[in-house]
Amino acid sequence: MTTFPIEKIRADFPILQEKIRNKPLVYLDNAASCQKPQQVIDSIVHCYSHEYANVHRGVHTLSVRATDRYEGAREKVKDFINAQSTKEIIFVRGATEAINLIAQTFGKANIKAGDEILITAMEHHSNIVPWQMLCAETGAVLKVAPINLQGELIYPEFEKLISDKTKLVSVVHMSNALGTINPVEKIIAAAKARNIPVLLDGAQAIPHMAVDVQALDCDFYVFSGHKLYAPSGIGVLYGKQALLEAMPPYQGGGDMIRKVTFEETEYNTLPYKFEAGTPNIADVVGLGAAIDYLVEIGMDNVAAYEAELLDYATAKAKQVKGLRLIGEAKEKGAILSFVLDKIHPHDIGTMLDSLGIAVRAGHHCAMPVMDFFEVPATARASFAMYNTKEEIDVLIDGIESLIEMFG
Amino acid sequence: MFDDLRDLYQEVIFDHNRNPRNFYVMEGADRKVEGFNPLCGDRLTLFLKMDGDKITDASFQGSGCAISTASVSLMTEVVKGKTEAEAEALFKQFHDMTTGKEEEVNLEAIGKLAVLAGVREYPARVKCATLAWHTLDAALKNEQESISTE
Ligand SMILES: Cc1ncc(COP(=O)(O)O)c(C=O)c1O
Repeated sequence: MTTFPIEKIRADFPILQEKIRNKPLVYLDNAASCQKPQQVIDSIVHCYSHEYANVHRGVHTLSVRATDRYEGAREKVKDFINAQSTKEIIFVRGATEAINLIAQTFGKANIKAGDEILITAMEHHSNIVPWQMLCAETGAVLKVAPINLQGELIYPEFEKLISDKTKLVSVVHMSNALGTINPVEKIIAAAKARNIPVLLDGAQAIPHMAVDVQALDCDFYVFSGHKLYAPSGIGVLYGKQALLEAMPPYQGGGDMIRKVTFEETEYNTLPYKFEAGTPNIADVVGLGAAIDYLVEIGMDNVAAYEAELLDYATAKAKQVKGLRLIGEAKEKGAILSFVLDKIHPHDIGTMLDSLGIAVRAGHHCAMPVMDFFEVPATARASFAMYNTKEEIDVLIDGIESLIEMFG
Repeated sequence: MFDDLRDLYQEVIFDHNRNPRNFYVMEGADRKVEGFNPLCGDRLTLFLKMDGDKITDASFQGSGCAISTASVSLMTEVVKGKTEAEAEALFKQFHDMTTGKEEEVNLEAIGKLAVLAGVREYPARVKCATLAWHTLDAALKNEQESISTE
């Protein structure tokens, strides 16, 4: 492996210089949201300072400039996930909105009473609740494929749940609570064999690995910018063009129409059909800057570096007496969920915080996963490309000291 | 290593966390209410025995963090023998103490509950300490359904 430019990367993230409770920040809550490099911050400042106006609406220079930047970012997203066309890239608020959009448009048009939607037992609430809402409205049934004690999908059980009634398979690419990376190629192949569309929730996968939607051949792929070193409030829905064309619009308003009279409205073409109203212009520009940043480093390099971090952290964590890892899938991204014997995750969170270490303590919006492992919550250290082995040492030392303090 | 934390995690809190008092399912309880903090998954069931408006016995079951366990354990100790009005007044004082409303902790009124004063420096943890008291409040108002601090 060529050496990963970790020092340069760390220097690009101003917040990493922050002191928390008088200690250097060790930020290990990246799965919740990750920090932003100066390049992304600057791109937003630059947008508002030099290039801001509404998009798609004006003949004036600034509006043209803003539209160029906005559509330029769409081009970058398209290339980043290797979509066929920018028509397939819809800007939304985040993964949650993208899934709700699909449920309310594709779902309502195609899913009826008695039909089935298939998910897994490791989904984030955002890939559970929109389907429950759709099922309540339509009389469709939500099917849940089980996981094993390592936190892996039990694939044969998943396959058994696919039937002629299945109208959509919606699975998480990488689990936020467990780190598990699902065998999405197999899942997609099995669904394709029966002509069932597949939605991948890529909220966690996207910052950790190269994603190629054409190679995957998924029908929908969704993610949030804020977990990809980009601003919060912006996300992406990728959908295959033919599917998006056939779907009714989501919200009505400006930009999504071609012609409006009081009798009839003609909808705009893709992707604008799904982008009603003034979009989140500056944050789209920020997302474009984040993608530029990542492309320069290379997602394969990010993946290789983070795999090393995870291996290092896992090996060290396993040596801590009383520590139980939650989620030990063979295929796993850079997430370490754990519980400690007789110490509640919330106490772990507060104690590590006093050492400057930010971890998440809670159910990670995946309460069914907590129930499965019979824990009320877990502590979770989730890594990003700017984390280091030294920070993992600080984490493990902190865990060992707090175990000692609890006695 | 955790010097900053000593105000929050006092020895008494560790003690109650390790050996919670009145930690059992009460047979023939007059009141039984569940408390739940969905944010961290703390869950407790509070049992009360009443004689008129007097709390004659209190116990609990459940699982939670050290702060919430110590808080409910201490609470079951101090409310025994109190009237509803006295318990409610104590709840108010406890609430003011943990949310920092009271600059000075009124040691005389609050007694050994003062060990929990440290949570006011940790806004994310205040609910852990007050869950017990919200549950007691619901029990005294005889609300049977579970209560939640979120
Ligand atoms: C796996 C997964 N899916 C979906 C989401 C929802 O993302 P957002 O809250 O950005 O819409 C998250 C965020 O935590 C996630 O981890």
